[in-house]
Amino acid sequence: MALKTEPFVLNLGPLHPSTHGVFRMRLTLDGEVVINVEPVFGYLHRGIEKLAEQRTYTGVIPLTDRLDYVSSMSNNFGYVLAVEKLARISVPERAEYIRVIMAELQRIASHLVGIGSFCNEVGAYFTPFLYMWREREKIVDLFEMASGQRLLYNYMRVGGVSQDVPEEFIPALRRFLKQMPSYINEYERLLKENEILLARAKGVGILPKEVAINISASGPLLRGSGVKWDIRKADPYSIYDRFEFDIPTGSVGDCYDRYRVRVEEMKQSLRIIEQAVEQIPSGAVRSDVPHLIRPPVGEAYARIEAPTGELGFYLVSDNSIAPYRCHIRAPSLMNLTALREMMVGWKIQDAIIAFGSINITMGEVDR
Amino acid sequence: MTTTLSPGDVAKQISQRYADAVIETTDTAVLINSQFLLDVAAFLKDTPGLEFDYLTHITAVDYFEYFELIYQLTSIKHNHTVLLKTRCYGRENPTVPSVVSLWQGANHQEREIYDLMGISFEGHPNMKRIVLWDGFQGHPLRKDYL
Repeated sequence: MALKTEPFVLNLGPLHPSTHGVFRMRLTLDGEVVINVEPVFGYLHRGIEKLAEQRTYTGVIPLTDRLDYVSSMSNNFGYVLAVEKLARISVPERAEYIRVIMAELQRIASHLVGIGSFCNEVGAYFTPFLYMWREREKIVDLFEMASGQRLLYNYMRVGGVSQDVPEEFIPALRRFLKQMPSYINEYERLLKENEILLARAKGVGILPKEVAINISASGPLLRGSGVKWDIRKADPYSIYDRFEFDIPTGSVGDCYDRYRVRVEEMKQSLRIIEQAVEQIPSGAVRSDVPHLIRPPVGEAYARIEAPTGELGFYLVSDNSIAPYRCHIRAPSLMNLTALREMMVGWKIQDAIIAFGSINITMGEVDR
Repeated sequence: MTTTLSPGDVAKQISQRYADAVIETTDTAVLINSQFLLDVAAFLKDTPGLEFDYLTHITAVDYFEYFELIYQLTSIKHNHTVLLKTRCYGRENPTVPSVVSLWQGANHQEREIYDLMGISFEGHPNMKRIVLWDGFQGHPLRKDYL
C-alpha cells in the first residue's frame, strides 16, 4: 500500500542565520524537495522613499547609507549622481577620482562579505568568513580615515565629497593595493578547487541567461548567467571610461559561477583603483553648491553598478528644496525574483546556497 | 554608452501599429494611453530593432489629479533605452494593466507600487501588499497620506 504524503510548509526566517538580516521564505516541501517558494518582505521597511520627500537634497544622503548598509559608499554615489544630473552640477576632477576609488574599495568590501557568507552557507562555517573580514577591516580603516565612520560613511556630497582624504590615505591605499592580491590568492588556494565548495555549488541553482534578463536581474547574478552587462562599461558614469578593466562573466549560471564572478570582480576593482591612484590630480574636492539645492522642475534617473547590481535613483523635482519623489531602484529586490527559478526542484540545503549566492542586503530590499 | 532613443521616433513606430496609443511625447518620454499599455509594451519588447528585453524599473508618482507610471525599458542587445509613461486617474481604485506576463522583473515592483501608492495592476499573479502588512490602512507614498 502506498503511503499517503502531503506537502509540508516550512517557514524559514525572518530570524535565521542564512537569511542575511530579516528575510522570510515560505517554502513548500515535498519531503526534502522544494516545490514552491514565497518570499515575504518588509521586516526592515523604514519608508526611506517617503522620508526622502521631507528632507533637503543633501539631507537624503545619510538615508541612502542605510539602504545596502554593507556598501554605503556606492549608495551615496548613486544618489549624488542623480541630484547632479537633475540640478546640472559639475564635480571637480579630484572628487571624481576619490569617488571611484571609494566605490571600488566598497565593491571589494561588499564582495568579501558576499563570498564569506556564501561560504558559511556552503558549509565552511566562519573560517573563510573571518579571513575575509580581516581584509574588509583594512578597507574600513581606509574609509574611516576619509570619513570618520566605519559603516555608514555619509561621505559623498552633491558636487563632490564632504572632505579631502588626509595625507596618509594615499600611502595607506598603496600598501593595501600591494597586499590585497596575495590575500585573494590565499582565498583562491583555500576555495577555488575546494571539494566541498565544488560539490555543493557547481551545477546548483542554475539561472539561465534568458530568465536572468527577463527578471531584471543585475550585478553578479546577471553576469554569472553569462550576460556581459556592467553599467560601468555599458553606460559609463563619472570617469569610468578612463580606466581599463574587464567584465568577468560566468557560463552556466550556477552558484559557483556567481562566486567566481565576485572573485574576478575584486581583481578588476584593484586594477581600477591602481589606475586611479596613478592619475589622481590635486585640487578642490567640492564645487560651489548652495546649502539648499533647488533643481529646476524635471526628472532624472542616474544609475551605477553597485556591488549587488544596478542601483538607480529616479528623482522628480518641483523646484523646491526637497525631492518631490525619490524612487530607488534596488537591485536586490529584482534579484530576489530569481528565487523560484533557482530553488524549485532542489533540495532544501541547495535552496539555501542558491539564496546565499544572490547576496542580498535586506536594507535595500525593504528600504 | 547607452543611447536614449528619441521619444518622437519611438512614438512614430508605436503609432504605426496602434494609432491611438500615444497621447503625447515630451523631451524625455513617450506618454501612452494606459488601455494600450500591454499592447505597446509587447510591441516594444518584440519588434526587431527595438527589442526592449530588460525592464530597468517601474515607479509611480502622485500628481494629485493623476498618478503617473514610469517604465524605463532597456535593450541589452542594442544597448538603448526609452522612458514610457502612462497615467491613471481617480484615487479610489486606480488600475493599470500588469506587465508581469512580459517581464517577470515587474512582479515585486508592481506589488510595491500597489502597496505604497495604491495602484492595482490588472493581471498580476499575486496582487498583495509587499512591505507593509495585510490590513494596513492607506498607501503611504501618496501625497495626501501625511
